[in-house]
Amino acid sequence: MITSGMRELVLRSAPLLVLAALIIAITLLASVADAVTARRVVLCLVNVVAVVGLYIFMGNSGVLNFSSVGFMAIGAYVAALLTMPAATKGMFLPDLPGWLMASELPAFLGPFLGGTVCAVVAVGVGLPIMRLSGIAAAIATFSLMYICYIVLGNWSTVTGGQISLMGLKAYVGLWTACAFAVGAIAVAFFYQETRWALALRASREDEVAAQACGIRVAALRLGAFVLGAFVCGVAGALYGHFLGTLRVESFYLDPTFLLVTMLVVGGMRSLTGAVVGCLVISLLTELLRLVEVGVPVPGTAITLAAAQGFGDVVLAALMLLILIFRPNGIAGGREVLGHLANAGERK
Amino acid sequence: MNALVQIAVDALSLGGLYALTALGIGLIFSVMRLANFAHAELVTCAAYALFALSAHPLVMAITASVVVAVAVAMVTERAAFRPLRNADPTTMMIASFTVSMLIQKLLVFALGSRPKSLDPAPVLSQPVWLGSAQVSLLKLVTIAVCGFLLLALTLFLKRTNFGLQMRAAAENFTMARLTGVRANAVIVAAFAMSGALAAVVALLFAAQSGFVQPRLGVPLMITAFVATVVGGMGSLPGAVIGGLLVGVVTTLLQAFLPADMRPFREAFLFVLVILALLVKPNGLFPARGLKERV
Repeated sequence: MITSGMRELVLRSAPLLVLAALIIAITLLASVADAVTARRVVLCLVNVVAVVGLYIFMGNSGVLNFSSVGFMAIGAYVAALLTMPAATKGMFLPDLPGWLMASELPAFLGPFLGGTVCAVVAVGVGLPIMRLSGIAAAIATFSLMYICYIVLGNWSTVTGGQISLMGLKAYVGLWTACAFAVGAIAVAFFYQETRWALALRASREDEVAAQACGIRVAALRLGAFVLGAFVCGVAGALYGHFLGTLRVESFYLDPTFLLVTMLVVGGMRSLTGAVVGCLVISLLTELLRLVEVGVPVPGTAITLAAAQGFGDVVLAALMLLILIFRPNGIAGGREVLGHLANAGERK
Repeated sequence: MNALVQIAVDALSLGGLYALTALGIGLIFSVMRLANFAHAELVTCAAYALFALSAHPLVMAITASVVVAVAVAMVTERAAFRPLRNADPTTMMIASFTVSMLIQKLLVFALGSRPKSLDPAPVLSQPVWLGSAQVSLLKLVTIAVCGFLLLALTLFLKRTNFGLQMRAAAENFTMARLTGVRANAVIVAAFAMSGALAAVVALLFAAQSGFVQPRLGVPLMITAFVATVVGGMGSLPGAVIGGLLVGVVTTLLQAFLPADMRPFREAFLFVLVILALLVKPNGLFPARGLKERV
């Protein structure tokens, strides 16, 4: 027997269920594919975690945020330093402080440790910065990312500076990545159903009117920023535990722009947009890579292959075209099956 | 004393380069509220034009680089930014990223990503003596060119009819259109001028760095972009002063930080940027009419 309360709950969480099912379906498909494809899918799922983390703040508050890759870097290095075996650390980072050298926490804690440290850092830097809006906020968060990059890249005693850090336990496979992606989507979904997120979205539509209604915009932004930073930190640690090596260079401009572009191309005003943007761009990247490697023409010995670098050109052109024809992103600010919840409310 | 002269010349030449780049970005922002990240590629394309014609006389190469940068600026305006003119500022900014990426990847695809060495004006690399201080001629020329261009641009904006239209459009775009300013003409002109400025920056910057590669303009554009925001987004004097300020602060940090802190120079710079924004969220010299009335 289905009560109306249960029915409403299912209808309201329809977007979450659909997105989770989509992620699980992709993982299932990848689990029967070859190893190379499976690895690319893992990377894509880690990106889903990062884009969802970015969405939690940017989507609900409407404020541009370029700092997510900086938090990914912090998460990755925290996870590495706290979980790597002391012997490995001694080889790469002989001057590490004693307590850090001795710390050999279980590797599965890495993502949570990384995320927690990011959340703490986000409280500290967010307190002043969350008062900013618009382009000032964009530049301030960009500066945060840049400071992370410079500090991590030159703080040789702790991070190894420009040399790669090797020897993280690489335990993130398809199903781990899948679990974290679904988890991140669930966190973002439950957050956006809270009254705080609703109030924050009101400030996104009209900051002055929201303040006039008694909404404390800076405080709500800070909450979303900290939660988003936690999820991005988790994504960074997953990235480290997937590759097993870390380079500061992989947390710089290219991924910064890529993550924000994924979110905006998908549509930054809905969780569906965040997930779809990440999946679509990852899929396009993959297809174009295949075209570069070469597609055999059936029935002949001919392989059609595009020249090296051609895929990148087409990818950039496609992203631009999507923005021109759908300025609000692929999802256009709507949730998948989002109308079901509204129908329930209207009753 | 010698050291001070050298530091002053370094600071002004770097600041001037940032100011010209910031001005190119600020011109477009002031008329259409677009934060154009593809400005980097205008510089890069102009530098490649210099490289392509490096065997020919310098005048020819410079002319070609100006033509190329202006053409690229106008094409991107027509193809990408005009359809998005009424879109959300975030969408426009991300669109400019994708334009920037598209041009960058095209350059990599067509010409390869390896740096190509380039010395557009070898005459400038000789040192000169200012009193007893030895400075490079290139830096003095950079300062002179920046000063001249800023003066010329100011005269254009203040003394010509078209300059008046551009200033009106920057102040209040809708109102300017109602009084008969042609929107497309002003915006296309802003892009063309921004392209021409980028070509000058390309010449001076390529002469300094001595090579050209597909990402040549990116670091310059990022610093200049930050400078524009610190100076006051949408205000042209703000962009210039922001650019100069960032150049001066960078040089001072480089000169006076203790040696073991020097690798962190840019971290200090960006901490100062955040502090400046916290104190003055609309920039040091905010443009009038930028803040929406309620």
